[in-house]
Amino acid sequence: MAIYEKLETRPAPEGTKGFSAWIRENLFSSVISSILTIISFYLIFKIVPPLLDWMIFDATWSGTKEEITGEGARWIFIIEKFNLFMYGFYPEELYWRPNLILVLFIASIVAFKKITHTKVRIAILFIFPIVAFILLHGGLGLEVVPTSQWGGLLLTIVVASVGIIASFPIGIMFALGRQSNMPIIKTISVLYIEFIRGVPLITLLFLASVILPLFFPEGMDFDKLLRALIGITLFQAAYIAEVIRGGLQAIPKGQYEAADAMGLNYWQSMGLIILPQALKISIPNLVGSFISLFKDTTLILIIGLFDVLAMVTLTNNDTSWLGFETEGYVFVTMIYWVICFSMSRYAKSIEDKFNTNHK
Amino acid sequence: MSTSTNEYMIEMIDVNKWYGDFHVLKNINLRIKKGERVVICGPSGSGKSTTIRCMNRLEPFQEGQIMIKDLELTEDVKRIREVRTHVGMVFQHFNLFPHLSILENLILAPTWVGKKPRKEAIKTAMHYLERVKIADQADKYPNQLSGGQQQRVAIARCLCSNPDIMLFDEPTAALDPEMIGEVLDVMTELANDGITMVCVTHEMGFAKKVADRVIFMDAGQIVEENEPNEFFDNPQSDRLKMFLEQILDH
Repeated sequence: MAIYEKLETRPAPEGTKGFSAWIRENLFSSVISSILTIISFYLIFKIVPPLLDWMIFDATWSGTKEEITGEGARWIFIIEKFNLFMYGFYPEELYWRPNLILVLFIASIVAFKKITHTKVRIAILFIFPIVAFILLHGGLGLEVVPTSQWGGLLLTIVVASVGIIASFPIGIMFALGRQSNMPIIKTISVLYIEFIRGVPLITLLFLASVILPLFFPEGMDFDKLLRALIGITLFQAAYIAEVIRGGLQAIPKGQYEAADAMGLNYWQSMGLIILPQALKISIPNLVGSFISLFKDTTLILIIGLFDVLAMVTLTNNDTSWLGFETEGYVFVTMIYWVICFSMSRYAKSIEDKFNTNHK
Repeated sequence: MSTSTNEYMIEMIDVNKWYGDFHVLKNINLRIKKGERVVICGPSGSGKSTTIRCMNRLEPFQEGQIMIKDLELTEDVKRIREVRTHVGMVFQHFNLFPHLSILENLILAPTWVGKKPRKEAIKTAMHYLERVKIADQADKYPNQLSGGQQQRVAIARCLCSNPDIMLFDEPTAALDPEMIGEVLDVMTELANDGITMVCVTHEMGFAKKVADRVIFMDAGQIVEENEPNEFFDNPQSDRLKMFLEQILDH
């Protein structure tokens, strides 16, 4: 028999923590690691300073086109054409309307985080799109701005957000449909999802813009933007459905059984137990899908809508501002990156918030 | 006023079930009286879980008849849901809803199925949480609790719907040994309150102490049933003798 005494804790040995230990472990832990570290530092050194010079230190930020000096970026082009990039051909005196929507949008997001009352949240979800549409399009006493005048980043955001919001419930329905016990519903869902996923978005946009008007009486004007929105929504719904199906499959069978055993009906069991968990698991993939969609909206150029990317070409058609594509593309790239990165971070924050898997 | 003319809470008459070609339940005949406490045991794959899962129709069956409180279990979805409001089930893996707090887990069925006001449901829920000695954890989430605590919550969750029958499907099989006791204590207390109880378990101590009747199943059949003392001290069939030898020797 042996009895052991309780041991006191003591600090970790010298040199196993702190800055120098971190460098040793992470940057120079082996020969290969050291070589890669050196190569990386060399590349950073070669690329970053010239890039910063071009973008910031040698760049032209103000003045007129004639006063351009230096080798750097000529941002005065962007400043000059800023409104086109942002609003397209939206009437200048009505810019306050999209601006107000942006303010309301940010307010809604903040409110959504602060207010936990479910009914208020649902109200926000329903009211915001209606208010935004009336503000943007006009009506109810506001001057009407036809969608043909919408453009730039404004149009990109309209197309992306309508695509995301409208496709979400449709996607959920198809995901549930695909898991249904009813053969007809299941078959329809599978056919829909597989058809849409087997076709490029461009094709759907063409189809929507050419075929949809055939279903309506001749002479009836069928808004071009609306056609694009329908095409994008149908496209996105199929991808959302597959993402959510992945989430549904990850829910243990016991959760379905517990919900059934309590006497919940199908919609209660889905709405209260299964979907909240499935959607939570799906957040990273849903956001991935939303980010793809946001970038795919550039394809609406094909059917003659001018989003923020199309504005680069358009602004460079101005004979007094020729040859500014580089600045235009860099600017648009940054816009896309900032928005996509923000979406990704916002998703991370709601993911953490919904995380009830505290260990 | 129609009162029950039937003294049985659960009646299974010639129930047969197949998984594909595999005959899992063979002519199950089982009548359980109001307030009776029945323990079902048997080797794995003997059909004991399937039997109690048929009682609230988590498993469909192909032949025979099951009556719960004079309600026949049919294919009808509404009928099945009605039966389920009378039957609470406790699972091996607890199956608490991890996205809801303990309290929300408890008030879900009463508010959505029982259509009770939220305040009343919370009051009932706190009452049962106190009974299973876990009221101080009401605002935590299931994954913050130990296995034994989760299973006690699961039992309280069933009780909130005020069931007439409680089914236990190996409630202690997924627990660490030191937590089995606390769950069995709660179950024993419940049994003493006179609720109708059907329990699939290998806890023979619990069976001896609590059960009115112990049923031994093997290969999809009820092989032997008896009151606990006779069942353990004087087993008749060779299969039960062998089974008891195997589990009691350890």
